[in-house]
Amino acid sequence: MTTHYLVLSALLFAIGAIGVLTRRNAIVVFMCVELMLNACNLAFVTFARQHGNLDGQIIAFFVMVVAAAEVVIGLAIIVMIFRTRRSASVDDANLLKY
Amino acid sequence: MQSPAEIVPHSTGVVGVSWLMIALPLLGAAILLLGGRRTDRWGHLLGVVMSLASFVVAVLAFVQMLGLDPGKRRMAVELYQFIPGVANIGLLIDPLSISFALLITGVGSLIHIYSIGYMSHDPDRRRFFAYLNLFVSAMLLLVLSDNYVGLFIGWEGVGLASYLLIGFWQFKPSAAVAAKKAFIVNRVGDFGLLIGIFTIWTTFGSVAFKEVFEAAPGAQQNTLTAIGLLLLLGACGKSAQLPLQSWLLDAMEGPTPVSALIHAATMVTAGVYLVVRSGAFFEAAPTAQLVVTIVGVATLLAGAIIGCAKDDIKKGLAGSTMSQIGYMMLGAGLGPVGYAFAIAHLITHGFFKANMFLGAGSVMHGMNDEVNMRKYGGLFSVMKVTAITFIIGYLAIIGFPLLSGYFTKDGIIETAMEHNQILGWLAVVGAGITGFYMSRMVFMTFFGKRRWEDGAHPHESPAVMTVPLIILSIGSIFLGGFLILGNRFMQFLAPAVGLPEELPSFHPFSVPGLATLALVAVGAAFAWFRYGAAEVPRVAPRGSFLTTFARRDLYGDALNEALFMRPGQWLTRLAVFFDNRGIDGLVNGLAAAIGGTSGRLRRVQTGYVRSYALSILFGAAVVVGALLYVGNM
Repeated sequence: MTTHYLVLSALLFAIGAIGVLTRRNAIVVFMCVELMLNACNLAFVTFARQHGNLDGQIIAFFVMVVAAAEVVIGLAIIVMIFRTRRSASVDDANLLKY
Repeated sequence: MQSPAEIVPHSTGVVGVSWLMIALPLLGAAILLLGGRRTDRWGHLLGVVMSLASFVVAVLAFVQMLGLDPGKRRMAVELYQFIPGVANIGLLIDPLSISFALLITGVGSLIHIYSIGYMSHDPDRRRFFAYLNLFVSAMLLLVLSDNYVGLFIGWEGVGLASYLLIGFWQFKPSAAVAAKKAFIVNRVGDFGLLIGIFTIWTTFGSVAFKEVFEAAPGAQQNTLTAIGLLLLLGACGKSAQLPLQSWLLDAMEGPTPVSALIHAATMVTAGVYLVVRSGAFFEAAPTAQLVVTIVGVATLLAGAIIGCAKDDIKKGLAGSTMSQIGYMMLGAGLGPVGYAFAIAHLITHGFFKANMFLGAGSVMHGMNDEVNMRKYGGLFSVMKVTAITFIIGYLAIIGFPLLSGYFTKDGIIETAMEHNQILGWLAVVGAGITGFYMSRMVFMTFFGKRRWEDGAHPHESPAVMTVPLIILSIGSIFLGGFLILGNRFMQFLAPAVGLPEELPSFHPFSVPGLATLALVAVGAAFAWFRYGAAEVPRVAPRGSFLTTFARRDLYGDALNEALFMRPGQWLTRLAVFFDNRGIDGLVNGLAAAIGGTSGRLRRVQTGYVRSYALSILFGAAVVVGALLYVGNM
């Protein structure tokens, strides 16, 4: 009964992951991360429904809160990087290496 | 046979405070060393006073002992219970130790007095007297201790003092090297002594003389032989006996009073003391006793041969010292009769050899520290007191009838003859060689043509140096006869070392005695023929094979170098190589391997966020896969 939800969740997660790995624009990468988080949320809620247990739904709220906090910090970082380097490409920000 | 008397506790009179003998010179040394330059002005006087005070205590203790019944003359003075019932610090005042104490403090004080004059121009005279006092103190601890541990502490103390004094002029490289050599060769002997003491401890459960000597006859034969040989090794190191003789000749680098006190009269006789003191072990182990006599005879011949070829007056006397200690060692290996003669010879030798060394020092003092006898000659007329006292010492050592050496050396030879004809005749031959090399020394120094360096103005030494010479020469004349005639010394020593059933009587016209005199006369005549009547070349001629052999100290140094020094160097080189290449190689190699690997691995950190994301995803997939796999098992 819940298989479709789980398949949808897996699809969303895969799309998000591929987006993170392939896109260069930091904003888009960020959106893909959000997509993966929401795919997880969907899976949590689905399992909560399936098992008749509210834990999964509570975790989903936690994830949303964490995601919101992460957006705040992440966007701030991206804006700062854009201001200093005039670019939002994640590949340009590669100074921290060997 | 009468066995030694029992050791009984005693704490009255001077004997009770006999520790002062050790403490006073030690105090002197401490004041002079800690006081530094402030004591420069009166330091030498303090040294002499401390040594004389120690002598006075020794004489008073001796007088007190003479007042006692012979059976009660072995007095134990307990000072401190270190570990109750196991290890005590105490002194043993008995005829043997008091004889040594009198010799050490008596001759020692004379040499202290002489040194005031001899070292008067040395800026470090105070330090010299500090070391001399330290030596006297350590030597007294050595002979007065009532246990092997105390003896060992004194033994090391005299080794230290000897090292400091040989290297007293440490700015001379030869002196510094000689000091190190003496110290290192002595370590070999000390190693033997230490193992010997360990063996005594494990066998008898004690190191106190009283207990171990009582238990000695009941121990196993092999153990006793081992203890005897180990103690003998210690004695060989300290007394410069074969095979550890090589340091003594180099030790002449020290100031002459040091050679007289430490390397002729007292310290080098510590080995003889050790063997005689440990008589209980040696009498129960005939093998060890035989080895002692063989070592003694070998050394007396080796020393005499070396003495024949030396042009350095002090080295000639050093060879002679080795040879005379060989006689004592021979006597010490012959049981109670031999002990008495050995110790008597030791005491008379202490007098006449100190006499001759100080005489040599007096000659050097007048000759701008020249030691080469080829540059002496004809000194009799310019330094009469030195010459006459030296000649008295010379007559005593070659055994001129009625002088000291005649009685004591003859006693050893006669006793050896009774034990073993071969050893006895070898000792007679040694006496003949002594006659040759000592006569050579006297003729080259005091008679013949003057072969002085330009600018040498030999003169007689001041009274502070000649008076000790005169006192010592008086001892060299009379002491031997006084000790030996009527077996006086043997009776005196009996409570300490025992007394044989049949006392030896003195035969002036026995076969060995006459043979000795004849050989000595031949040797002296030969020396006169070669060095008295004939011209002595100022540069040493090349000489025969035998001369070279003797000049090179019988190749003892070459042998040590080939057998021990070179293999030792190879070993250290091997160790250095192993350390550099093996140990360091391992450590450095490990570091290089880790550094190289991490240098390559850090390339993984590309700085591209997306590649990190891929690794995170891949890692997460692996974890999930593993969890699924484990969950389905």
